[in-house]
Amino acid sequence: MNFSLRFLHRTAALLLGAALLTGAAGELAAQEEGVTRGEDGKSYTEEGTPTYHVGEDGTVDWYIYQGFRRYHSECHVCHGPDGMGSTFAPALANSLKRLDYYEFMDIVVNGRGSGNSVMPSFGDNPNVMCYIDDIYIYLKARSDDAIPRGRPAKREDKPDAATEAEDACFGT
Amino acid sequence: MLRVTLATVLLGTVALAWPAQANDELMELMEDDNLWVIQTGDYANTRYSTLDQINRDNVGDLRVDWTFSTGVLRGHEGGPLVLGDVMYVHTPFPNIVYALDLNDNGRIIWKYEPVQDPEVIPVMCCDTVNRGLAYADDTIFLHQADTTLVALDAETGEEKWKVVNGDPKKGETNTATVIPIRDKVLVGISGGEFGANCHVTAYDIESGDQVWRAYSQGPDDAMLVDPEETTHLGKPIGENSSLDTWEGDQWQLGGGCTWGWFSYDPDLDLVYYGTGNPGTWNAAQRPGDNRWTMTIMARNPDTGMAKWLYQKTPHDEWDYDGVNENILVDLEIDGEMRKVLVNFDRNGFAYTLDRETGELLVAEKYDPIVNWASHVDMDPESDTYGRPVVVPEYSTAQAGEDVNVQGICPAALGTKDQQPAAFSPKTNLFYVPTNHVCMDYEPYRVAYTAGQPYVGATVSMYPPEGDDHMGNFIAWDAAKGEIVWSIPERFSVWSGALATAGDVVFYGTLEGYLKAIDSETGDELFSFKTPSGIIGNVTTYTHDGKQYIAVLSGVGGWAGIGLAAGLTDPTAGLGAVGGYSALSNYTALGGQLTVFSLPE
Ligand code: HEC
Repeated sequence: MNFSLRFLHRTAALLLGAALLTGAAGELAAQEEGVTRGEDGKSYTEEGTPTYHVGEDGTVDWYIYQGFRRYHSECHVCHGPDGMGSTFAPALANSLKRLDYYEFMDIVVNGRGSGNSVMPSFGDNPNVMCYIDDIYIYLKARSDDAIPRGRPAKREDKPDAATEAEDACFGT
Repeated sequence: MLRVTLATVLLGTVALAWPAQANDELMELMEDDNLWVIQTGDYANTRYSTLDQINRDNVGDLRVDWTFSTGVLRGHEGGPLVLGDVMYVHTPFPNIVYALDLNDNGRIIWKYEPVQDPEVIPVMCCDTVNRGLAYADDTIFLHQADTTLVALDAETGEEKWKVVNGDPKKGETNTATVIPIRDKVLVGISGGEFGANCHVTAYDIESGDQVWRAYSQGPDDAMLVDPEETTHLGKPIGENSSLDTWEGDQWQLGGGCTWGWFSYDPDLDLVYYGTGNPGTWNAAQRPGDNRWTMTIMARNPDTGMAKWLYQKTPHDEWDYDGVNENILVDLEIDGEMRKVLVNFDRNGFAYTLDRETGELLVAEKYDPIVNWASHVDMDPESDTYGRPVVVPEYSTAQAGEDVNVQGICPAALGTKDQQPAAFSPKTNLFYVPTNHVCMDYEPYRVAYTAGQPYVGATVSMYPPEGDDHMGNFIAWDAAKGEIVWSIPERFSVWSGALATAGDVVFYGTLEGYLKAIDSETGDELFSFKTPSGIIGNVTTYTHDGKQYIAVLSGVGGWAGIGLAAGLTDPTAGLGAVGGYSALSNYTALGGQLTVFSLPE
């Protein structure tokens, strides 16, 4: 209960932001250009949407790593390993070439589907919603071929901010 | 001959409507290998047919006789039923049933399409498969995805009654077939990845009224166990045998789902089935043995009361659901004929038990790569009798939350999943479709929300180190616990086998091949590529005195999800992509029945 209220609040704020941003920014800038890293170790595009950071030696940021883990527990049972798609659901590594952050969020929160093909709504599921940025960041990195298939070999440590955000989201 | 048999049955039921009688008739129909009346062929689940027109000398001449498109593009598990001149074909969600006229090239006699809320689709976890229909008393039984059990008039397709067994809003769904026994139909339920508290339920075959329900975990009375009379490895289970092995009320989200096959021994009057994984894949979150998940159950079909139980994987740490079929055969073991039950478990061990007492006779690995346990303790004097001896390196519970345990074999797919094995009394061998895949498994803490996945582990899968194939089709000696021969397959073999008196064994592959092999040597005798990957089970029957082989194509299920894009090789290091074949390079979605016969 608690959770979903808290989350809905956050989503509403984001979606509001989305309206403002997409109105102003138009096309997304190329991934590397204008990317800044916040104090929480998370990278952001010029538009202020989350994105990934991969070091020159392939070290991934914490959020890619967390996204890898959460994707492979909540999404891969339908979408297949590594965002590569399955006989059941589309390859999200491809989808993110087309969908922006807000469209992605909208689909995951509200679900989508037609006929015998249904994407569930995860808006009430803390195991997904508390990590939705991470999952997006991971899939965006896969989509841009910034990281290979499989478990990231090297990663940055978990920022304190990530732990705090997690605790706040789960209400623990 | 055939038509007479069926006519007698139809008349018989109308005139007598006497349950015991009906059951005798069903047993007679099962024994008639010209027909295929329940998914498993017979109560013993041998998937063996005495038909021998198609045999090792002529099977190479087999050709496609006719085909039928089901109109649904999803994973097609199970297989058709055949009763006289009529074939019954089912589909994945939306679970259409077709009655086809075998006298008229499969003309559609009737079609039944239930109305189901599409919201059930996303709670089905890993494709919307359905493992098929069952026949008894002039009735076709369909257990839908949304857990509605419906009884259809076999002649007209009209609903006789229907009843709802579970609640999809809580993540309760169905993929399994049902088993008619005497005057009851027994059904299971899925939802282990959604924190469901699963059970087996018996409904009255005439009215659909619920007769009994046995939960897999919880208080003794809810589980239908008797602390004194019900045994585990020969000893009474005692009071609160389940509650004592869970912390607090965690058993209420306990899983123990019953989505596998049922078998039945009419002489012992015992029905057998297995229970699935305990709720959440994060074992640290549910300390204890989590009884009676991962358990083979032997129950009285009239009362549901359990005679014996055997827990194969206490405190599961790998998602090795214990639901695979229990095959009932008589085998000579150490010079003595025994009534045994043989179970090829997901956990990679093949168990042979005395099916009367539940005594454990043999437990051996049926793929040499199985590494999570060194062996099963077979010493009756030992405190850990009957338990797997877990190798600490592969224990995801000992490693703890947020630790990625690498190189566990088998993967969560199991060495075998639902794809049923066959047994030939001519060779005394079991023919087993298997997966040959390993995994990394990282458990983490999850919160429960009704109707939402309750998983709690990150899993990645890959072929065993040094191997480039992901499946095997093996011949198994269950008395000795030994592989006799093994055929490597590029992908997991996800199709149910069929053995015949023609000395031929049939199975399908994920690329879509229907294969026939020699039952003694395993030599390939025939292969034909159907339109889509095969995860259905091979069926045989006769019509107008001629033998046919039938199989559903339609790739999907867990295999379609895990293997569609191919697996990565974790040992190849950073940057290695798609070292292994992607299933999507071999086959695409489909939904077709293909029927084979010999040329005139
Ligand atoms: C129960 C199966 C299932 C699960 C679990 C699932 N999805 Fe989906 N998803 C689908 C299906 C099916 C579709 C296609 C829906 C359609 O046809 O419109 C889909 C579509 C999508 C799309 C739109 C893709 C596109 O190309 O337009 C996104 C984004 C998505 N899913 C994200 C996710 C994420 C993130 C997760 C994990 C948190 C997830 N899904 C878990 C079944 C699932």
